[in-house]
Parts: sequence; C-alpha cells; structure tokens
Amino acid sequence: MSRATWIHASILGAFCLGFGIVLAVTDQQTNDDIKQRILEDKERSLSQVLPTAIHDNSPVTDTITLKDAKGEDVTIYRATKGGQVTGVAYTIVGSGYAGPIRLMLGVDAEGKVLGVRVITHKETPGLGDKIQVDKGDWILRFNGLSFANTPLEKWKVKKDGGQFDQFSGATITPRGVVGAIREGLHFFDAQKSKMLEAG
Amino acid sequence: MATPYKTIIKDGLWENNGVIAMLLGMCPTMAVTTSATNGLGLGIATAVVMAASSLLVALFRNTITQEVRIPVYILIIASMTTLVDLCMNAWMHEMYKVLGLFIPLIVSNCLPLARLEAFAAKEPVSRSFLDGLFMGIGFTLALVVIGAIRELIGNGTVFADAALLLGPAFHFMELRLLPADSGVLLAILPPGGFLVTGLVLVAKRMIDLAAGKEIRMAGAHSV
Repeated sequence: MSRATWIHASILGAFCLGFGIVLAVTDQQTNDDIKQRILEDKERSLSQVLPTAIHDNSPVTDTITLKDAKGEDVTIYRATKGGQVTGVAYTIVGSGYAGPIRLMLGVDAEGKVLGVRVITHKETPGLGDKIQVDKGDWILRFNGLSFANTPLEKWKVKKDGGQFDQFSGATITPRGVVGAIREGLHFFDAQKSKMLEAG
Repeated sequence: MATPYKTIIKDGLWENNGVIAMLLGMCPTMAVTTSATNGLGLGIATAVVMAASSLLVALFRNTITQEVRIPVYILIIASMTTLVDLCMNAWMHEMYKVLGLFIPLIVSNCLPLARLEAFAAKEPVSRSFLDGLFMGIGFTLALVVIGAIRELIGNGTVFADAALLLGPAFHFMELRLLPADSGVLLAILPPGGFLVTGLVLVAKRMIDLAAGKEIRMAGAHSV
C-alpha cells in the first residue's frame, strides 16, 4: 500500500478513536441518570394503574415473569400490602388502525380492572388518540369492571354488540383496546394463582 | 476570502435557508412538523448539532484530507447527535420523551453534512460556528412556521404542549385559536406536510419577488 493510503487511514482511525472515547465517557457519565429516569417513568405509569393506597411495596421492583397464551414472556408488576398481593399490572397489546397499541393494565386480586393507560400507539391524531387519558376520559370507563360484573359478550364495542362506545370516525382503535383488555383479563384468570402467590 | 458575518446570518435565516431555499432536510421536516412545538424542539437540537460539528470541522479542516473527509464529517455529526441524545435523556428527560424519537433523524438530515462540505471545510472557526448556528436557527424557524400552520389548520392550536418542552413557565405560549374538533385533519397527515411546505416556499418567493430580488436556484453548494 502507498504511503498516502496509510496517512488517510490513520487520520480516519484517529478521529474514530477520539470520538469513540468522547462517546464512551459521556455514556458512562449519563448511564446512571438515564437508568434512574427510566425507573421513574415506569413508577409513574404504574402508579396510575396501581393506586398507592393498595400497596406498601414498590411494584416496579417486585416483578415475576409469566408466559401468556401465545407463550410470550410477560413481566408482572405486583402490588403487595402486608405480604398479601393486592393487585398486579402488566403490559397488554391491542391491534390498532396503524400498528400495535401498547397498554398497561392494572387488575386487583378479585379480577377487577384498577386502571388502564396507553403506553404507546400510532393511531390517527384527532380520531384514534382519544384513548389517551389526556385527550379524553374514554379509557377511564373500564375502571372497576370485571368478568364478574360485566358478562363476557358485553366486552366489545357497541358496533359489535358490546357495551363500549366507539369514536366517530374510529372504530378499529377502540375495538383493539377493548379486545386487548378482554384478553388481559383472560390472562389474569388463567394465571391468577401464580400472580397472587405471596413472596 | 472569508464570508462577512452579516452574509452568514442573512443566508442562514432567509436567503439560503436550509428548508425553504435549499430544500434540504425534507425527511425530518415532514416527520416532525405536525405541531409547532415538535418543530421547535427538533430545530433546537439540530442547531446545537450543526453549530458543534461546524466548529469541529473548521478546527480540524487542515488535518482532514480530501479523500477521507466525508466519513469524518459523518462521524462528527453522528457523535454530536449521540452526545445530544444521551445528555437530553439524562438531564432533560421531559423534553427527551417528546423529542427522543426524532433526535436520531438529525444524522439522516443532509443539511449539516451539506454545510460542513460547503462552508466549514473552507472557512475559519468563528465563521463556521456562526454558519452552523444560524443555518440551524433558520432550520428551526422554517420548522416552527410549517409546524404552526399545520397545527393551526389541523388542530386549531398553536404551540400545544410547549410547556412540556420548555418548562411550566411557557404555558402562555399554548394557544387555542380555533374551537376543538374544527380542524382539517389532512394538514397533520403526511400530505399536509407537502402542501404546507410548498405553500411556504411560494410565500418566500413572492416576498423575494416583491422586494425586487432576482430568484435564483439556491443549492447546497452556494455559500
């Protein structure tokens, strides 16, 4: 190889090394803070579906992993009070108009919905995004519902013969959300004993 | 010949504006201008990356050889973007939650690379820094204008959620100018991005024509 090639290679290499070091140092400096922020975010979203009144532990660190009906791992965040499991929260996924809708579902020990919140979605702004709690109170009407007080065939949007409103101009989004919550409660029923096991 | 400071500032903000004159960086422009706040956030982040990378390239312009300059420029832009990404995630987390998704788009924006090649590689450090900074501010202005128009037509608001980005003191910026549910959704959807950007381009040319300026095709190469 010619001398010029070596010069170019070493210039490029020196820049890579230099910026590599800068990035490594920054990563190290910010790593702890970023982990802390992510934990805080998770705590905040969990506190919306697991009211602080029902637990004396930190659900974000009290987790177990179970397999759902499709055989995929689901992380269960557990709220306990005096060693008794009083509620659990886990992520459920519904199929929306523009991709998956990820939600956090909180269920108490009797299988009643404590709360549901959207984590991420790609629904149409102005139509499908009314599932977010800051854009409408639609998502709050699931609070307190269970298979015991709402028969299974009513867990659908009104258009499909159920009891939940769809939005004008958007049916697929609420249908996806209702379906995800229904599946989430089935999952709770199936894994209840493991979820509520103390310790 | 060093470019005068005044020309650098005027070029960045208006004459040779990254979006509405050079038509560079269309990908992030279309993606984030669904609201004025998003445009402002990505604009500021881009301006920081552009100012920093222009400064670095000008500093090392005599070391970087012609043959390896493009990979070195991209390396510098990508490093600066990653730095901004990490620092925002750690210390401006609320802002990061709104903008985090868009920050990596800065690397795919051809505007920083174009300015490094056309300006910072030839000009002294102070002027290059100024060029990067004002090209970035010009980019921000264009994004805010396009975002505000799309948001107003589509949603009836301007600068909605600005407080989330800038802090609670900025609640006063959040305006609702039209009643809720009166928006034309098209403006927020992708076609609206092209339509509004096109109309803003027309507006710029009409202003330039009215001022008696000659309309010339600006390009990434023009200084």
